[in-house]
Amino acid sequence: MIDTLRLTAEEALGLLERNDVSPGELWDAYRAAIDERDEELHCYLTLSDGPDGEGVPIALKDVIGTKGVETTAGSKILEGYVPVFDSTVAARVKEAGLPLLGKTNTDEFAMGSSTENSAYGPSHNPWDPTRVPGGSGGGSAAAVAGGLAPWALGSDTGGSIKQPAALCGIVGLRPTYGTVSRYGIVAFASSLDQVGPTTKTVRDCALLYRVIAGRDPLDSTTAEIPQVKLPEAEDLKGVRVGVPRELNEAEGIEPGVREAVERTIELCRELGAEVGETSLPRSVDYGLPCYYLIAPAEASSNLARYDGVRYGLRVSNGGYHGMVEHTRDGGFGDEPKRRIMLGAYALSAGYYEAFYGQAQKVRTVIADEHRAAFEDFDVLVSATSPTVAFPLGAKSQDPLAMYLSDLLTIPSCMAGLPGLSIPCGLSDGLPVGLQIVGRQFAENTLFRVGHALEKAIGFDYVPERLR
Amino acid sequence: MAITREQIEHVARLAHLALTEEELERLGGQLGAILEAVGKVSELDLSDVEPTSHPLDLVNVWRPDEPVPSLTLEEAQANAPQTEGGFFKVPPTNEPEPS
Amino acid sequence: MKWEPVIGLEIHVHLKTRTKMFCGCTAEYGAPENTRTCPVCLAHPGALPVPNEQAIAWSVKLGLALGCRIADRALFHRKHYFYPDLPKGYQISQYDAPLCLEGRFVVPGADGDHEIGITRAHLEEDAAKTVHVGGAGGRIGGSDYSLVDFNRGGTPLVEIVTEPDLRSAEEARRFLQLLRQTIVELGISDAEMEKGTLRADANVSVREAGETGYRTRTEIKNMNSFSFIARGIEAEIERQIAVWESGGEIVQQTYDFDPGSGALTARRTKEEADDYRYLPEPDLVPVEPPAELVERLRAEVPELPGARVRRLEGGLDFETASGLVTSGRDRLYEALVAAGADPRAAANVVMNQLAGAGVDPDAVDAAELAKLIEARESIPRGVLAEAIAASGEPGFSAERYLGEAAVTDVSELDPIIDRVLAENESQVALYRGGKEGLLGYFVGAVMRETHGKANPKVVNERVREKLGA
Repeated sequence: MIDTLRLTAEEALGLLERNDVSPGELWDAYRAAIDERDEELHCYLTLSDGPDGEGVPIALKDVIGTKGVETTAGSKILEGYVPVFDSTVAARVKEAGLPLLGKTNTDEFAMGSSTENSAYGPSHNPWDPTRVPGGSGGGSAAAVAGGLAPWALGSDTGGSIKQPAALCGIVGLRPTYGTVSRYGIVAFASSLDQVGPTTKTVRDCALLYRVIAGRDPLDSTTAEIPQVKLPEAEDLKGVRVGVPRELNEAEGIEPGVREAVERTIELCRELGAEVGETSLPRSVDYGLPCYYLIAPAEASSNLARYDGVRYGLRVSNGGYHGMVEHTRDGGFGDEPKRRIMLGAYALSAGYYEAFYGQAQKVRTVIADEHRAAFEDFDVLVSATSPTVAFPLGAKSQDPLAMYLSDLLTIPSCMAGLPGLSIPCGLSDGLPVGLQIVGRQFAENTLFRVGHALEKAIGFDYVPERLR
Repeated sequence: MAITREQIEHVARLAHLALTEEELERLGGQLGAILEAVGKVSELDLSDVEPTSHPLDLVNVWRPDEPVPSLTLEEAQANAPQTEGGFFKVPPTNEPEPS
Repeated sequence: MKWEPVIGLEIHVHLKTRTKMFCGCTAEYGAPENTRTCPVCLAHPGALPVPNEQAIAWSVKLGLALGCRIADRALFHRKHYFYPDLPKGYQISQYDAPLCLEGRFVVPGADGDHEIGITRAHLEEDAAKTVHVGGAGGRIGGSDYSLVDFNRGGTPLVEIVTEPDLRSAEEARRFLQLLRQTIVELGISDAEMEKGTLRADANVSVREAGETGYRTRTEIKNMNSFSFIARGIEAEIERQIAVWESGGEIVQQTYDFDPGSGALTARRTKEEADDYRYLPEPDLVPVEPPAELVERLRAEVPELPGARVRRLEGGLDFETASGLVTSGRDRLYEALVAAGADPRAAANVVMNQLAGAGVDPDAVDAAELAKLIEARESIPRGVLAEAIAASGEPGFSAERYLGEAAVTDVSELDPIIDRVLAENESQVALYRGGKEGLLGYFVGAVMRETHGKANPKVVNERVREKLGA
């Protein structure tokens, strides 16, 4: 009997390689789990007809374009849209023989921190279904944590892989900007979006990263990557761990979250790391406003193509301009509308310098501050999310409160840096995530640190209520 | 930072969103609060700082002038709301294209 | 009141690359609708642009030919607006960091050279094609619906903007012709206005002679031939002068020119000016043209038409020099002169007889033709004409035509001359009485008698001698 809640992708690979289990049996186990639990969790928007590979099955966030399989980006404006081409990551996943289980739920156009902005209804946290799984990639995280997929791919712009991973008690990697192709990924903010793995363990994460990463001629913003090393060491000797004051003392971090993180930092010392305090003076205070200018500006531009002309929803209303305006008003939810307007404003004549232009400079400041911190340290740690999973509806009426969920993930995103979130403890029975940030192209360091901590912490990623 | 009704309508027009009266009220109010929060960036004096438009230091990424097969007409029109023959059909524009 | 026109041009050149600017679809003309598209040029969700290396190189080459400074660092920008043929809702273009800046293009003229400033040249993608159906005659206003073909969408364009240095509609026309020829000789575009591979809009204002500032200008669009452009600009200049002279003011406006009626129609003024919300293109990294590439391209730029006119003006008048270059016959002319032909004669043969006979100048063996030109006085006219007409054929040799040297032997000619003079006694008397113009009559008669084989110079001298006697 395959226990999909506990089985890691690496273990599944082993079962297949030794013929202990057939690809069909493995596939069926996950489909059975989906039948049993997805009605409650609502992780999936589309389920595949049948396995299209013989490897370890995988779920893909519904912003990842899949040829022949509906891709909605969690929006009504793309309801029924079936791409005629594969995104590069979907193609690489297919080439590696990983069969697609289905497309997972997401906040609309990846804008949100809870999946409550999905036009198709929210997903639920497997640890407590009255709570959010995080967002925007809550569907993928809940699927992995809830045993409905061995591993999944998400996308991260301001924390959309890391934060759901933290809230669901699993592992999530936001790779260095430019190491994973964005070709075929429904674009939100072009200079920030990155696709990354959502997995049960750090080694699974490294395995999946190796499948998808590397330069793509179809995406001019990608670069080659260093060879991926699967982590083995279970100590942190020789690693310098930095604790940025501003990230760790930010307002709004729950006491339970703070304690779990502090214990983990102490654990780093026990594992042989050199731990020290550092500072990112302006990155936290100005990170959020910087992000909420740049991301919406780029989003307002990237979403201009949804006009009812070539694909997607069309709402007739008079001439061309009326049709476009009513299609967009009818097809987009509130959050995209807010961000589109905010973005258009930030780019508009007379306001560009003060808003978008200024934010681009703040971005330089944030990158410089991180670079300075990395002169003395190899990784920077903090909580991933200021809070544990919050109840559905708790923040959905207050956009600014929702934005604060990304307070700690945003600064490193602005600097294009990779970040790994691993579960590091519980607070009131709910998972707490530790964010480990590295230099550009230092994924191997993140895997090393994450794996050693994972082994030492011994966090049980199967939600208590499902054991 | 207060955003006026005119400014919201102007931005909605630029972004081609036909906002309802209810949306103008509600979203407009939220927009004002958000603008207030993001306006914080102007507190910093960054006159000596270069803006970052690209996170990596890549330059000169391009492709050779070599043809790649195009989509078939069926594929191109696969998700189209309305077509006529080989064309995409749209309601009339009634004005020339901006330059 | 002396008025001075102030004209600037905005020109779009369609680069004849094999593929589009940001994707690998072919850019060929005339394919069935929507069969040259892909996720990128259809703006499907997630599609990303990748620039065409050749288009960038050719833009740099064009910039060099225009005397521009090539930017150290150029950026692409997104220019936003909504229109059916703009699938992304923005055009990828260049804004404040274009590839080429601050150039100059010299337009030679009969009254001297005029240097026209080139503000900038940048690279962008073309929009797709929208056809308006229904309503009156396919025009925009009042159509029932529109049909869009994305084949053309995404093809590469270079936009060239000139300083307002042109001073007449005629000069603007000459500028465009010379620019067009330059572009064609660079091999980067067919640049045909009728096919839309070269488009030009004009910015026009006028000011009083001696005035230093600029007055309000208007824009004229949709003129698709050199002569329409000249006429449209001329019409607008006249209109503006009339307005100023009657005490009115020029309002900034965009006009369409109808060559049939000669009318300028103002476009509907929009409520708000377009706010394009330029954004540095995050999906494309900056272009920093490598020095060795720029130098290699600079070496590939041939001697430009304007420079060639100025060089030829050394031995010829402006009109002839200009005519030779703009008709693409100057290389042959220079080869003829190098082979020893007299410059005036060579120019004359090339521009008149050769052109009249429809001979392709590039097919002519210059060394052979030069021999003919040198011997032009001693070959019968008919023979010379025949030879010139054949000079473009493969293996052409002057030899067989030179053999037919005109008759110069006076012993052969004298009997004929004597007979002609004897048969025309009254004209001879008139000539001797002072009507010297009759000489041609006698010479002509002798030429006819000899079926054109006599050498006209020798005949002329001999008749003169005999009549003087």
